Amino acid sequence: MKMIKQKMLVIACTAGLALTMVSAHAEVDKRARNLTASCAACHGTNGISSGGMPVLAGLDKVYFVTQMKDFKSGARPATVMHHHVGGYTEEEFGKMAEYFAAQKR
Amino acid sequence: MSLDRRDFLKLTAAGVVIAAFPGCATTSGELVRKKGQRVVIVGGGFGGATAAKYLRLWGGDKLDVVLIERNAQFISCPMSNTVLGGTRTIKDLTRSYDTLKSKYGINLIQGEVTAVDTEQQKVMLAQGHISYDRLIIAPGVDFMFDQIEGLSAAIADESIPHAWKAGAQTVLLRKQLEAMPNGGVCAISIPKAPYRCPPGPYERACQVASYLKNNKPKSKVLILDANPDVTSKKGLFMAAWKELYPGMVEYRANAAVIQVNAAAKTAKTEFEDVKADVLNIIPPMKAGAVADMAGVVNVDKRWCSVDFLSYESKAHKNVHVIGDAISAALPKSGYTATSEAKICVAAVIELLQGQAPDQGPTIANTCYSMMSDTEAAHVAHMYRYDPEKKIMVASPSGGVSAKRSDVEGAMASYWLENILTDVLM
Repeated sequence: MKMIKQKMLVIACTAGLALTMVSAHAEVDKRARNLTASCAACHGTNGISSGGMPVLAGLDKVYFVTQMKDFKSGARPATVMHHHVGGYTEEEFGKMAEYFAAQKR
Repeated sequence: MSLDRRDFLKLTAAGVVIAAFPGCATTSGELVRKKGQRVVIVGGGFGGATAAKYLRLWGGDKLDVVLIERNAQFISCPMSNTVLGGTRTIKDLTRSYDTLKSKYGINLIQGEVTAVDTEQQKVMLAQGHISYDRLIIAPGVDFMFDQIEGLSAAIADESIPHAWKAGAQTVLLRKQLEAMPNGGVCAISIPKAPYRCPPGPYERACQVASYLKNNKPKSKVLILDANPDVTSKKGLFMAAWKELYPGMVEYRANAAVIQVNAAAKTAKTEFEDVKADVLNIIPPMKAGAVADMAGVVNVDKRWCSVDFLSYESKAHKNVHVIGDAISAALPKSGYTATSEAKICVAAVIELLQGQAPDQGPTIANTCYSMMSDTEAAHVAHMYRYDPEKKIMVASPSGGVSAKRSDVEGAMASYWLENILTDVLM
């Protein structure tokens, strides 16, 4: 019983810590959130597409940044995306990648 | 945060009053008792509905969000030209506001705003008033019927539809096309830019031509454009008219319609009188009436100038304007309205907490035009705030499709479902 109580305390503390980290993280990420907001019309709220267009939520960060850079250079042919990515910096790709990677599908 | 008994009673009382008598005024005339900092949004189109949802998503549960909208349902203007072509019905484009209420706790009031008091920070409706800390006006456009002799709001409803707000007039225009004889003429008149949805009238010409080609192939579409040239996706539209509808679409530049005769079905330009079987006159536009009521129309007596970091009006503090009503180097599109709404909402939340808004807002915008039953082409631009010019500037990477395609036709449908979900669900 004592053991279970201790375990629960640990879980509670960890959960508490995790919550603090999430909220602190959310503070820092407003810029990333704002940058990605305009993607939603095609890719869904927080990158959760409701069909047809690629889901961006939960995408691996490195994969996301690589795709954006490849759209920008032309290495990956695009129908529409090359028109958009050309306007963003590599640093912004990184911020967007972090935001989308943190979203649950 | 702890509630004392009095606070609890107040909250409960407010809850009961709202639940029992929705829309019923309290003794002070305040329609819905204020629960903390309140943002009121007038207009539930693409911009306004997005603002409501994202105020809750980003502002949390504490924020009191009130959305005032005159219509019972949301009807998408984007893709509504396909109702004329016949691949969609108006029902396919109609959505409910229920999720904004049930999932996001938005206080939705269906009603007509009669006045805005920017001193007292109140929005007036026939049934009472709503106080605000910040007001977001998303009024869309109104039509300047007085610019065309013989035209009025009533005539547009009855016989010469503009169908530039999706709904009854879209259905009327479709019915007129169905009743038109084979060999008839449908004239579409386009106002001088700026107007809502730059490629829209040319897409409409494609959709009308598509219907006529399949059903009344001897008929014609006559475009009377007040502009000196096709204002959007020129090469793509010209190619579509020539290749898909040969001999059916006639385009006339610098042909502003200045007079109509509803009984005779004629339209007069500076140079000629045109007789048509179906007249689709899209009048010049200005910011929706609520903008005038709030005193925020300050560009050419038509549009509203805003700070592009917050969309706060340059005429009044604590009043923000988004969507087609603003004066900007941004397309007047539903998509752009949603992006402006998000920038505005993020700023409003910061400003309510005494913080500065994001100093580097960006917008992505893609507009698809359906050129046949299945094929579409797009124009896409990314815009970024320029801190020196204090305006949104397009990235040179923007542009249009190399050619129209079925792939983009499918993408246009995916876009519609995703944006409607982002706005309302």
